[in-house]
Amino acid sequence: MHLTMLLDMAADGFGDRVVLGPTKPGITGEGLRRRSLSGADIVRSHDADAVVYLAVNGAAFPIALFAAACAGVPLVPLNYRLGREQLAGMLRRHPGALVLTEDGGHPVVDELGMPSMSTAEWLSATGLRTPEPAATPDDAVPAVVIYTSGTTSEPKGVLLRHANLVSYVLGSVEYASAAETDAALVSVPPYHIAAVANAITSLYAGRRVVTLEQFDASQWIETVRREQITNALVVPTMLARILDAPGDLSVPTLRSLAYGGAPMPARVVRKALETWPQLDLVNAYGLTETSSTITVLTPEDHRTAVASEDPFARLRLGSVGRALPGVEIEIRDELGQPVPAGFRGRIHVRGDQVSAEYAGIGRLVDDDGWFDTRDEGFLDEEGYLFIGGRTDDTIIRGGENIAPAEIETVLLRHPDVADVAVVGVPDEEWGQRLVAAVVPRAGEELDVEDVRSFARGILRGSKTPEEIVAWSELPRTETGKLLRREVVRGFEAGAPLPA
Amino acid sequence: MELRPGLALDSAVDQVSVIVTKAPAGDVDLRCGGKPLVPKGTGGASGEADAAHAMGTLIGKRYVDETGALEVLCTKPGGSSLSLGDAPLTVASAKALPSSD
Repeated sequence: MHLTMLLDMAADGFGDRVVLGPTKPGITGEGLRRRSLSGADIVRSHDADAVVYLAVNGAAFPIALFAAACAGVPLVPLNYRLGREQLAGMLRRHPGALVLTEDGGHPVVDELGMPSMSTAEWLSATGLRTPEPAATPDDAVPAVVIYTSGTTSEPKGVLLRHANLVSYVLGSVEYASAAETDAALVSVPPYHIAAVANAITSLYAGRRVVTLEQFDASQWIETVRREQITNALVVPTMLARILDAPGDLSVPTLRSLAYGGAPMPARVVRKALETWPQLDLVNAYGLTETSSTITVLTPEDHRTAVASEDPFARLRLGSVGRALPGVEIEIRDELGQPVPAGFRGRIHVRGDQVSAEYAGIGRLVDDDGWFDTRDEGFLDEEGYLFIGGRTDDTIIRGGENIAPAEIETVLLRHPDVADVAVVGVPDEEWGQRLVAAVVPRAGEELDVEDVRSFARGILRGSKTPEEIVAWSELPRTETGKLLRREVVRGFEAGAPLPA
Repeated sequence: MELRPGLALDSAVDQVSVIVTKAPAGDVDLRCGGKPLVPKGTGGASGEADAAHAMGTLIGKRYVDETGALEVLCTKPGGSSLSLGDAPLTVASAKALPSSD
């Protein structure tokens, strides 16, 4: 159960097919194997015990991933936009690494005296060398280390084992199932689990991968058309921006659009289905710790929910779908006891793809192998999972526990509201006070009092935000995750965040 | 032989390699080309395929027994074919999951 097995299967089974980049001059399955073996030689020549990838996404990334696997060392993708302190802190955890950087290197890498190559040098060097024959790789070494974004605490290094990633692929992808004309567009950054998962699943399916170095809505549309993209993955903020982009939104070749990473407003989903009726929408939920996707809301689920007269069936549009084969999900109460369908609690997950393992900490699973995702949610009678906000986000106002997601869902139904964050700010009387930051839809004037009375009409008084302010943008990570602490800080500073 | 998910095995008679993805407990009489499979890296060395088990094994296909308790994935193709005892394994149908990443 090693990533190199998947690489060999791709090279043996469809070695002539272009799997990376534009069709001309693309990299074939056999080309990827040769480059990965050459890359492994380079890694060994540096005596490196890890490969750090500190650059934008591109063809160099899958080669780095598989080269690290062939060399028997982990790949560590890091955020190239991190500040000096944070980046130096993470690099110091991998002192023996070879670092792949943008052109011109990286000052922090040089400062630490670590060996580095630019991705351009890497692409050129792996294309020129004749590789040594493959050695038997070691699967005791993790395949990938990903630092979780740490919206609530210090970043932790999640260790993904070869067996986790291969189990995910074998459990969810049919080998060589993509048509030769299929192509996936990746616009998430390489340090996101979805980018790692995509590099592996696309290869196994035989689907060509095209990457967008940095997300931009107009460029995304243009690339889909130029590269005849059939599959794409976006986070909610990206989809909202694509749908708001000026001009022609037609994407004739696009068949399947997967979204995930953060809750998607149902209105955006409906708009996507109206704009591209031919499109299959897929909602995926997963964590870094679970090797990406653990539940999927299928295209059929989307269409059924949109077409249904039954209000409960329509709610499924807000669900993240059902567990993948090989994945078990259980909801537990605060005492750790499983709760029946319809009851809210902490989402627990079990399966071979679940790593739940952190550098320096170990595996955080209970005796029966269950991992606590720390996400709150519930399952309906048919096993559809609904996510109800992180437990850590719970606002406690005068002893009452309030889930921000519940109020955010209501505010998002206001026609002029494009995005919203509900947080608790410290309050002497109530402990926490409920406030909301709303982003007006493009070109709309927003009357915050109107939004407030709209909310009061649906929610109880104690759940209506006391203060609602309009911001031009919410603080989100590049992958769409809301930074609630930054929202709280924005309120405490008494001023809206800069756009 | 005892099987477990993740175990890689080779055909004794040709280039076929498989990986076990689902295994029943206990002793399993898994064969390829009519001969018991051998540990990875030691295949193709001995004998010829039994003519009754030379229907070929295709890369990337999942092969199952009739109960569904045993499933193996072919990682290298060849002319010999898989069986549980004398009963040929069959190709499992393709998964209908949409791509999610």
